[in-house]
Amino acid sequence: MLEAEIRRRKRDRDILLMTHIVLGYPDFDTSRRLVEQMVLAGVDLMELQIPFSEPMADGPVILHANQKALAGGATVDRCLELTSRLTREFPISFLFMTYFNIAFVRGVDLFAREMAQAGVRGAIVADLPFEEGEPLLAAMEREQLDPIFVFTPSSRPERMARIAERAKGLVYCAARKGVTGSATDFDALDGYLQRCRGATDLPLALGFGVKAREDVAAITGKVEIAVVGSETIRVLEQGGVEAVRPFLESLR
Amino acid sequence: MLERGYYGQFGGAFLPEALVATFEELEAAFRQAKADPAFWQEYVDLMSSYSCRPTPVTYAENLTRHFGGARIYIKREDLNHTGAHKANNVMGQGLLVKRMGKRRVIAETGAGQHGVATATMAAKFGFECTIYMGQVDVARQRPNVFWMERLGATVVSVREGSRTLKDAINEAFRDWVSTMDTTHYVLGTACGPHPFPTMVTYFQSIVGREARQQIVKAAGKLPDRVYACVGGGSNAMGIFSGFLDDTEVGLVGVEAGGRGLQSGQHAARLCSEDASIGVAQGYKTYFLQDRDGQMNETHSVAAGLDYVGVSPILADLAERRRVRFEAATDREVIDALALTVRKEGIIPALESSHAFAQAFKEAPHLPKDAVILINQSGRGDKDIFTIADAFEDPSWKEFIIAKAEAYRAGS
Ligand SMILES: Cc1ncc(COP(=O)(O)O)c(C=O)c1O
Repeated sequence: MLEAEIRRRKRDRDILLMTHIVLGYPDFDTSRRLVEQMVLAGVDLMELQIPFSEPMADGPVILHANQKALAGGATVDRCLELTSRLTREFPISFLFMTYFNIAFVRGVDLFAREMAQAGVRGAIVADLPFEEGEPLLAAMEREQLDPIFVFTPSSRPERMARIAERAKGLVYCAARKGVTGSATDFDALDGYLQRCRGATDLPLALGFGVKAREDVAAITGKVEIAVVGSETIRVLEQGGVEAVRPFLESLR
Repeated sequence: MLERGYYGQFGGAFLPEALVATFEELEAAFRQAKADPAFWQEYVDLMSSYSCRPTPVTYAENLTRHFGGARIYIKREDLNHTGAHKANNVMGQGLLVKRMGKRRVIAETGAGQHGVATATMAAKFGFECTIYMGQVDVARQRPNVFWMERLGATVVSVREGSRTLKDAINEAFRDWVSTMDTTHYVLGTACGPHPFPTMVTYFQSIVGREARQQIVKAAGKLPDRVYACVGGGSNAMGIFSGFLDDTEVGLVGVEAGGRGLQSGQHAARLCSEDASIGVAQGYKTYFLQDRDGQMNETHSVAAGLDYVGVSPILADLAERRRVRFEAATDREVIDALALTVRKEGIIPALESSHAFAQAFKEAPHLPKDAVILINQSGRGDKDIFTIADAFEDPSWKEFIIAKAEAYRAGS
């Protein structure tokens, strides 16, 4: 479903745009307005992050947003509630992004059911390698939710192949080692992206450090999807919700 | 991943993909080192020439008489170079770093003990060194920050989250993801993703190996009970390793009871109702967390015990009832510290004093021919600021005020 949707959209576009928000940051009302602005800007897919107190794979900007959201009273229930509204209101594909403890503590079967009821297409669980993932992956499969996995430049080819066996929807390629939100050299990516392509037939989404039109231009034709994460949070923090749509429209 | 490091249902390696290759490399390096008998010998030689190994076991004659019950013995990890058992793990990992050919080390620290030990190891081996420390801990452990910086380390004050140990661990992982080619993360306790729990336990097992021989020699028998404080669990795993197979030896892990188990302000994961099983910081264990799986704030008078998670190996030993877990409150700990100083002329660290406090509760109820062994994981004299505050020592306060006034006057 997700894969077909990506391929359908890709027919009209040189590259698709996926954005990321932290649910409840800075508050739930702003989260909703942000999504609206993003959809108006033509964004194709969105990652909705359910905040976690220990987001070990995220850089400083998203880490801070997680903590602010939690301090402001974000709960998993409220994240699910808002997501149900968003998926009914906006005609694009949504994914959850979170950490395994959120699913584990709730019970993986219940969490998978709730994700499906909220209307998302799949989920990225940042600290769940496939080796540890079996119970949640099986529950997601029953609910027809796609597990989104990550490749990084340090993933060896054998490992990429094993990840690809489990992956559905798309594969998220981290553009460099390191956490989200710092600088990336987009011209030096060719060898790595060839390895990613070699490992999977799924659409590739490239993220980590995409923040300007040049970045998107540099990867157009090489991957199906550009992911803009930390930079939209920076734009939001500096210019408010109104600044987000013009920023995203300037990217392609 | 070759092996996932499970102890019963606890442990594992819940890693973001970006860290998987590094952990595979570390696992392989550790496995090779462990298989090489020369490596353990190199470690023992280093610890006997650079630190104070074997550390002695001391008979606490006055405390024994005071309580009138079991004979009390103390394993003296405080006599290690840098003043705590932390040195064992750090020097061991330092040797591994040399084998892996890396040039930089990073570490988290709570009390500052592990940070000082890592900075010391880096100075000796010529590694670059960055220490991550929560802002709250930087404030309460300033003297350790001073020494880390003198030893050449960069100390980064972490301002995220609860600004304590768990946040320092997150920052260290964040650093490591982008620097793993040159850098090793010297995790300070028997927690975290595989292979850290087993690797740290391996290096700390030197404590238990020595202690078993020493106590049998000194007391003429195996101890009836062994007490150790439990932060992440490394000193406890160290001493317990020597006695795990001796089923007649009772093993007691003592957690931070803080302001009491009913107060919500403690760090007791294995003996309180407030903790539940979760997955964070790369491993599965009991965490102090809320119903959504968000980590709670913890409290202890001892910064080194002020942590949300606990060694997965200990979680399993608790579940199998091989180790009994108890908690000692801040108040009990300070009283136990004061008593030990006066009776024996020995100054345990606030962390270690938790083990003393629990042992003192039980010793009077044991027969005179019973033997108990307390692991004194570290020494307290370097925590003079914290301990003086805990004792509310008036003349110390006057001294600090006078000192501050002198600095302010620009002298
Ligand atoms: C003296 C001392 N004892 C105990 C601990 C607790 O750690 P662990 O449970 O890993 O031994 C610390 C931690 O900093 C410490 O400094």
